[in-house]
Amino acid sequence: MEATTEKVYKVPTMADMAAAGEEPEILFWVGCAGSFDDRYKRVTIAFVRILNHVGIKFAVLGPEEACTGDPARRAGNEFLFQMQAMANIQVLNGYNVKKIVTACPHCFNTLKNEYPELGGEYEVVHHSQFLQGLINEGRVRVKDGESFKGRRITFHDSCYLGRANKIYEAPREVLAALDADLVEMKRSRTNGLCCGAGGAQYFKEPEPGNKDVNVERVQEALGTGADTIAVACPFCMTMMSDGVKNQNREDSVKVYDISELIARGEGL
Amino acid sequence: MDYLQQILFIVAVAVTAWYITRRVQLISRAIKLGRAENRTDHPDERLRTMLLVAFGQKKMFTNPLVGVMHFVIYLGFIIINIEILEIILDGVLGTHRLFAPYTTAVYPFLIGVFEVLAAGVLLVCVGFLARRFIARVSRLQASRHRELRGWPVSDATIILMAEIVLMIAFLTWNAADSALRDRGVGHYADAPVGDFIISQHLKPLFAGFSDSGLVAYERGAWWIHILGIMAFAVYVTYSKHLHIALGFPNVYFSDLQPKGEMQNMPEITKEVQLALGLPLTTGADGSQANDNGEQPAEATSGDIGRFGAKDVYDLKWINLMNAYSCTECGRCTAACPANITGKKLSPRKIMMDTRDRMEDIQRGWKEHGSDYKDDKSLLGDYITVEEINACTTCQACVMACPVNINPLDIILQLRRYRVMEEAQAPASWNAMFSNIENNMAPWKFSPSDRFNWAEQVNEPVSTK
Repeated sequence: MEATTEKVYKVPTMADMAAAGEEPEILFWVGCAGSFDDRYKRVTIAFVRILNHVGIKFAVLGPEEACTGDPARRAGNEFLFQMQAMANIQVLNGYNVKKIVTACPHCFNTLKNEYPELGGEYEVVHHSQFLQGLINEGRVRVKDGESFKGRRITFHDSCYLGRANKIYEAPREVLAALDADLVEMKRSRTNGLCCGAGGAQYFKEPEPGNKDVNVERVQEALGTGADTIAVACPFCMTMMSDGVKNQNREDSVKVYDISELIARGEGL
Repeated sequence: MDYLQQILFIVAVAVTAWYITRRVQLISRAIKLGRAENRTDHPDERLRTMLLVAFGQKKMFTNPLVGVMHFVIYLGFIIINIEILEIILDGVLGTHRLFAPYTTAVYPFLIGVFEVLAAGVLLVCVGFLARRFIARVSRLQASRHRELRGWPVSDATIILMAEIVLMIAFLTWNAADSALRDRGVGHYADAPVGDFIISQHLKPLFAGFSDSGLVAYERGAWWIHILGIMAFAVYVTYSKHLHIALGFPNVYFSDLQPKGEMQNMPEITKEVQLALGLPLTTGADGSQANDNGEQPAEATSGDIGRFGAKDVYDLKWINLMNAYSCTECGRCTAACPANITGKKLSPRKIMMDTRDRMEDIQRGWKEHGSDYKDDKSLLGDYITVEEINACTTCQACVMACPVNINPLDIILQLRRYRVMEEAQAPASWNAMFSNIENNMAPWKFSPSDRFNWAEQVNEPVSTK
């Protein structure tokens, strides 16, 4: 893909905006994986480029952002979760944040469903819903970049997007804009199989068993004949990528976040 | 009529009623061991959920064939039980087909409906046995799922066989009754009805019977059917089959919040607010502060109790009702990523263990008096740490349950106890905790590097 250095993408922070007496339309909650994980940083960048491209007034918290506390809560450490949540809520409320978009379903679920009871009430959307909105409004047309015609893509549902929050169609409609062949795995939507990372599993070795969950899932994905596995979650990204490597298919099968595919389709 | 039969019948009804009342009291006492929680909010939504999921059996139709099969048994159960009313009145009053003279217009039609359903139930029970023992559906196999070994498999087989026997008794009773009417024997000839849709085809079975033999069969089948139903009603309270009663309230009181939302712990909110020097918003008992931010007076002296759950006493009452509503179908376990990949965790086992724990507590009451507490606990003696740690919280089990049971909620409460009371998280989880505490991320990166990614935003995209 051609370098697109002629256009300068910007990442304003809430602190910058507040100093200038401005408020963004939307806060992009980057999340820990989006900030630190080398692979997922590329997703963050793809999404930021889309935000720049459509001219939305957005901002990030930058160094003021902290883990939502999701993995601590799921592991059973409610104290730590609530410490994180309260501190984040203080920051968010301090900036008078109204609307948040995030590319991480775990952050999304926690911000949307679990922060209100602790005093943090925001309109929270996942980037799949946000991208769907941009496509429906015609602000993203997926025309000027790479063509996905004839490519086979299968979408892996993230548990915290799907079952947890009933978001099944938004990521699929985003992918539909690529004009590729979308193929479904047998276990999809409400029956989607976990990648194996949720509930803080990502942060420890699995219990003894006869297989790793991500291998089971990747085998199912490979069974569709897809050359691209689309995900919408940083943990799914790692688990599916590792699974593809485990099956020695990393040369022929790629794992991408939906925003990366849209950014490439749009030539960003 | 024979007064002895009437007396025996009334005794049988009384014994059944006494047993069931006692069982209902015990089970409700066991469920009330759980923590109180108000689940009467949003009655409209709860009612709608119950109509769709319990009465309408919506989630059973995920697999349409099995959904239809189960629906036949369910309809049979509800509708054939209308006939039980007549049978009980006949038994008490010594009458025969009491309703027939008053409902001549619809009586044959009603019995016809009952018979068609009875035949349907019979066929479906045979089908279900075949699924267990011939098709060997994986989630129902004790060889694959250790929690099914022993009693649970017998329980399932007993129920299906009992239903088959009951339906055969009902249909052949009708057939013998019709045959007696044809022959004009005694009072049988007086009932103003004709043949019935299914049982008429069974009449040839009785061609070789003498009149007295036929009467004996008719009486025998009638007694087997009604005593069988009574025995079944008592048996159900000891069996996984209790879902036929508890499924409805269980769905009514089930979770309304999004599946991803974990229940807040207000007692911890208070601690955290104190630690961070924030104004308190919640009482230790979960009560909200008033508009001025003042706490209700009793909140400060409240007993905080245990964090998370070690035993059934620490769980919520709905978790315990869930356990009594579970019919061990294993749709949860079949959907569980941990179980699919050979881990010890099985959501069905979580529910069965919770019920077993309550049954053991009741046994203790019987043997040592109703204040008795043994030294066992749900976590440790029934459910192991290895099981709860294997959960990915993917909610597939919650989604799969046809009666909205939530095994995940129990798992998460046990995890909270393990981590907060026993401080026994796996080492790598402890590392993750300290990273979040110190670095504001679950990994060991410096918080000041958190925004470094922005420097790469204008670099060419690598296509690798």
